[in-house]
Amino acid sequence: MLIPLSHYLFVAGLLLVIGVFGIFMNRKNIIIIMMSIELILLAANINFIAFSGALHDMVGQVFTMFVLSVAAAESAIGLAILVIYFRNRGSIEVEDVTLMKG
Amino acid sequence: MIQNLLFDLFSFILLGSAAMVVTSRNPVHAVLFLILAFINAAALFLLAGAEFLAMVLVIVYVGAVAVLFLFVVMMLDVNFAVLREGFQRYAPIGALVALILFVELALFVTGSTIAPGAAAARLFPTPDNITNSQALGSLIYTNYLVLFQLSGIILLVAMIGAIVLTHRDRKRAKRQNLDIQHARLPVETLTMVSAKLGAGAAMPQPKKETL
Repeated sequence: MLIPLSHYLFVAGLLLVIGVFGIFMNRKNIIIIMMSIELILLAANINFIAFSGALHDMVGQVFTMFVLSVAAAESAIGLAILVIYFRNRGSIEVEDVTLMKG
Repeated sequence: MIQNLLFDLFSFILLGSAAMVVTSRNPVHAVLFLILAFINAAALFLLAGAEFLAMVLVIVYVGAVAVLFLFVVMMLDVNFAVLREGFQRYAPIGALVALILFVELALFVTGSTIAPGAAAARLFPTPDNITNSQALGSLIYTNYLVLFQLSGIILLVAMIGAIVLTHRDRKRAKRQNLDIQHARLPVETLTMVSAKLGAGAAMPQPKKETL
């Protein structure tokens, strides 16, 4: 691998920070929050792939596949919950979700 | 070198489009920037030697997940201007948390040597004479078979869950009922009418409602 490992780690770290920042910035819009979660998982995947290449170990790529499948399942379930929530309440504001608050 | 140049280009576009995802006003634009970010991440995967996963990322994420996001964004008629409220209010605390997190990550990456003896202790080195897809397949169908099947089950459960959650039974919808169709008799539906020449015939009313 000609590109040093630290460059990959730097890019993945920045991507993770952008994802966390996005969750903080868009506290009301749950669609953007879910996209930020996808970005965070993508950063984890980049780390897995980079270490897999640097250590010549295929296990990192196997785990990237598992992370990809879990992320796809998570986004599908999350969007389904979002759709039925919007159908019931007519709004997707996160701050309105206070029914469990007691 | 061309690899470093490409790496810089792809990672720059990746980070820029990720920043546009979290800051853009229009969620449709955010989804489109998310697609751009995924494609550039796939290019980074290619540079790291994971060809199969790069293609999987393009197919699964751009083809399925991003389109799902786009579908939901366009299906829900949401007033997104209301959702943007508080953006200024949350900006300082968000920036502070992001800064702290990034400084911690940078300290971790720069201050520690990354496992100097790890390459010698590797578990499954990639053989040189087979392709990436072959190596990955020979791993996931042998050592990681159970985990691979479990991830398939997770996807199945997610699919069933999404369908169960979003499916609603509409009472007014007209559906075909094969049993009723097969059980009905000609007497119930057919009426013989003898029409006179040139006079036409009145339309007889059906005896009962049939589907």
